Amino acid sequence: MTPEQIIPWSIGLPLLGAFGIWITGKSPNLRESVTLITAVIVFVMVASLFDNVSAGDRPSWVFGNMLPGLSISFVVEPLGMVFAGIASFLWIITTVYTVGYMRGHHEQNQTRFYICFAVAISSALGIAFSGNMLTLFVFYEILTISTFPLVTHSGTPEAKRAGRIYLGILIGTSIALQLLAIVWTYTLTGTLDFTPGGILEGKVAPVMVSVLLALYIFGIGKAALMPFHRWLPAAMVAPTPVSALLHAVAVVKAGVFTVLKVTVYIFGIDLLQATDAGLWIAYMAATTILLASIIAMRKDNLKARLAYSTISQLSYIILGAMMASSLGILGGAMHIVMHAFGKITLFFCAGAIMVASHKTEISQMNGLGRKMPITFICFLIASLSIIGLPPFGGVWSKWYLALAAADTGQIIFVAVLMISSLLNVAYLIPIVVRAFYNDPDPETQNDHDDQGHDAEAAHHPGDAGGANQWKIGTMREAPIACVGALAFTAMGCFVLFFYADRIQAFLLPILEGANG
Amino acid sequence: MMEFPGQLIYWIVVVMMMMGFYIVIAQGNFVKKIVGLNVFQVSVFLLYITMGKVTGGTAPILADGIEIYSNPLPHVLILTAIVVGVATTSLGLALVVRINEEYGTIEDDDILEQESDA
Amino acid sequence: MITDHLVVLQIIIPLMAAPLCVFIRNANVTWALATVISWICLAISITLMQQVMATGEIIYELGGWAAPWGIEYRVDMLNAWVLVIVTSIGAVVTPYAKLSAEKEIDNDRLYIFYAMLLLCETGLLGITVTGDAFNLFVFLEISALSTYVLISMGKDRRGLTAAYRYLIMGTLGATFYIVGVGLLYMQTGSLNIADLGNLIPDIADNRTVQAALAFMTVGLCVKLALFPLHMWLPNAYAFAPSVVTVFLAATATKVAVYALVRVIFTIFGGVDILEAVQISDVLIAMAIVAMFAGSAVAIYQTNIKRMLAYSSLAQIGYMILGLSMNSVLGVSAGLVHLFNHAMIKGGLFMVMGCVVYRIGSAKLDDMAGLGKQMPVTMGAFVLGGLSLIGVPLTVGFVSKWALLQAALEKGWWPIAVLIVISSLMAVIYIWRVIEVVYFQAAPAGRAAVKEAPLMMMIPMLTLIGAAYYFGIDGTTTMDIAGRAAEALIGGLK
Repeated sequence: MTPEQIIPWSIGLPLLGAFGIWITGKSPNLRESVTLITAVIVFVMVASLFDNVSAGDRPSWVFGNMLPGLSISFVVEPLGMVFAGIASFLWIITTVYTVGYMRGHHEQNQTRFYICFAVAISSALGIAFSGNMLTLFVFYEILTISTFPLVTHSGTPEAKRAGRIYLGILIGTSIALQLLAIVWTYTLTGTLDFTPGGILEGKVAPVMVSVLLALYIFGIGKAALMPFHRWLPAAMVAPTPVSALLHAVAVVKAGVFTVLKVTVYIFGIDLLQATDAGLWIAYMAATTILLASIIAMRKDNLKARLAYSTISQLSYIILGAMMASSLGILGGAMHIVMHAFGKITLFFCAGAIMVASHKTEISQMNGLGRKMPITFICFLIASLSIIGLPPFGGVWSKWYLALAAADTGQIIFVAVLMISSLLNVAYLIPIVVRAFYNDPDPETQNDHDDQGHDAEAAHHPGDAGGANQWKIGTMREAPIACVGALAFTAMGCFVLFFYADRIQAFLLPILEGANG
Repeated sequence: MMEFPGQLIYWIVVVMMMMGFYIVIAQGNFVKKIVGLNVFQVSVFLLYITMGKVTGGTAPILADGIEIYSNPLPHVLILTAIVVGVATTSLGLALVVRINEEYGTIEDDDILEQESDA
Repeated sequence: MITDHLVVLQIIIPLMAAPLCVFIRNANVTWALATVISWICLAISITLMQQVMATGEIIYELGGWAAPWGIEYRVDMLNAWVLVIVTSIGAVVTPYAKLSAEKEIDNDRLYIFYAMLLLCETGLLGITVTGDAFNLFVFLEISALSTYVLISMGKDRRGLTAAYRYLIMGTLGATFYIVGVGLLYMQTGSLNIADLGNLIPDIADNRTVQAALAFMTVGLCVKLALFPLHMWLPNAYAFAPSVVTVFLAATATKVAVYALVRVIFTIFGGVDILEAVQISDVLIAMAIVAMFAGSAVAIYQTNIKRMLAYSSLAQIGYMILGLSMNSVLGVSAGLVHLFNHAMIKGGLFMVMGCVVYRIGSAKLDDMAGLGKQMPVTMGAFVLGGLSLIGVPLTVGFVSKWALLQAALEKGWWPIAVLIVISSLMAVIYIWRVIEVVYFQAAPAGRAAVKEAPLMMMIPMLTLIGAAYYFGIDGTTTMDIAGRAAEALIGGLK
């Protein structure tokens, strides 16, 4: 298959897979095999593009014109390649994890779940490969809509409420702000193609650059820049695999990926540098980093804490983009990778804890580390990577971001990054400490006191043993599929530490055309 | 003042039109509304017919010694409009009969009251 | 050659078939006849469209009398486009009508229903095809009279009062229109639309001519239900038999919009009338109020047919907004939305027809839990709703894109912002329905509900599918609308 043919296939195959899942829905084993096989093939196809892109090739494919002069078209460039690679790779891992989780948790409507999941992945790949802003917008909206049934999966009133917030913010910002920005860009320039160096240079009055930029950045609600962040904590009512892959990786990363794309290929770093248009948004991002971390410290629900942590980490990437320097863009792009592995591990751990012990609140996790040592060790590794300590991948992206801040003379951003790391320590490490060093509370053996936060667990109270646990000696770990997946991604955090330079080298070409 | 007779007809048309319009709006009785509608339409018929008259002209039938004919076209148009008007009136009245069967009244207020209960 | 007479056959065939229905009286035979006729009409209109695209404007002199004395039928890009819209909706509505009408209309009056449906289509096609201002009035009344009958045919008695109120408003509107035509005839001595377009520039400053424009605009705005002349529409759509609502929502208001376009851009096309007498400001203001008021009221409706009717008011606001921008982009945005909205609303009302067919009600509360019981129908509702919101890959997106582009091209920022905000209101009223349908359990007393019958489902899916086909490839429709708009605006510049 030529690289040009791989593009439609890698986007289309998850959809075919969704169809296969629908047909085989009656038999869970067959259905999950279909998902897994699809995921593997998609990853192999995406990975096979790596060498071409690395060699400077830019495979492209045009679907057809949607509007006169505006096509649905795809171009693979390094940034999109990285995003697509992560999304498709982690889909495989998540599928393995999901099988353990969904069965251990006795979820309803699993077929619908797998179908929507596949569609979401397809649209994430569409976003990654999109060759112009219209194509990106199309897949951006499909991603929103396809994840809605996943967020409201449980069908409870709480899920319905969360679904409203989710859809309201994501559709609202994208239509009210982003679409306006896109049409405006088109009216100004007559094109929407992603072009190295940007398309707006000289086409827009300098004062309007910051207005247009604000429309884009706030319009990309998936990047969860405050004040449009509330959908992300709300989305946590979804089953944990959704939170892990979509709301820590695919959806939110689609948001910041779009931010990077717009910065690099629509505005161009030079234009932003010349006009300083991004500076005030960078301040917004810095505020989001700190505020979200502080809110995270106050959350007792593990998934909610992780959600706010994600909001904070996403703003690192926005900050990197808005500083309008090459180092910032690189740091931001690398943070997409590093944070993906760290955060998915943390969510996997949260899900494993929920499946094995039905605990969702941090205050109930005293001494749990002795029963679930693997899970909590992996939790520690991922936490260290998020905090940005060697020898884990997270250190590199933070390093580049700090360099960029120093480079552009914004010492305040360096300070923000440092304080934020300390806050990360403050809200992640105590969880591990509590799990290993505190004695188990006798009353938390009972799993009924977590109602209101964990609607799913309420379906089967007292189901403490059986299919949802993997027992070795005194260990009461989650099913092996779950534990294996989370151990794997935790390993990834470690491995990435040694491959950061290769990622950096791969990403460098996106900065061509910019002299900053 | 030479133009007065010519303009008088417009005044008649306008007054009739407004009378009809007022009846349609102000009357709550469904039959009276249709009466108003007819007055309204007839005023327009008048407008058309009078504009067809050419001063000194006669009926547009080809005959020796006659040079000036009135314009027949407006009459033809209004013939059509009259037919439409009759159809509208009869359909409207038929609806009123059916409404009376269903609601037991043809007063707007009473019907609105019944509908808001439903 | 018969192809020379296609223009007039477009009208004559359904016109002749209507009385035939009354003679036949058998419900099934009349249905079959209506279906065949509607498909013939579609074939004719597509052929006309191809002819126009290939050779340009078609002019047909009725009875061989030359214009401006005789009546002429004139088909250009714009009419051909509207003809295709009306006939294609007619062609999918008639197969759908059989079961829906049997359910909602007294069975011994079904033949009247089909006769009226054909007559209504005749009227709408006539309005579209005619090149004569007075002839347009006659067709306007043919379609209106048959519409009144259609609306009153349902089993809900409120349909009667809705029909009566529409009759009063509609007749006032049509009469306003002929007053306008009369005033123009006084000044120019012509009734031919194209001829008027040539004569009016010389006398455009004349007060009578401007009064004529005002009368015609107001009259047609009643017909197309522009705020604040819309009062007849919500009840008429809500209480008419479902299939009638489908047909009217997708065609009647669209044809009225077309007639307004003809008046403004062809009759008054020689002068920049929108600017000259500043009606564009008035129209824009009314359109924006319609966009917001229509959507806002829709949010609070409990009857979903009524909700969709209010939504139509908002959508008509978009069309008028586009037209009154008085630019090629704006007019083409309005025209493309004419087509797009016909598909979306037709499809959505068909969904409601299926719902009424199965549960006998269009109330939101009664629809609880239908998502599981009628998955295809409700899936179609979700898809149609997304299109109404204007999500990419749907026709709604194409319209919104065009409209936004037109507004930004003029530098009308506030209007662009208002367009996106009002389109977000659609999210609210569509989502209200989706939540009830999917998240609430079916009411306890209701018997098991089956999926809609195939004969209703196929037309419904055809329209919804078309809403996506032309959304993914919006180039054809935008191209036609763009060419029509250029021809209309071209007179000025």
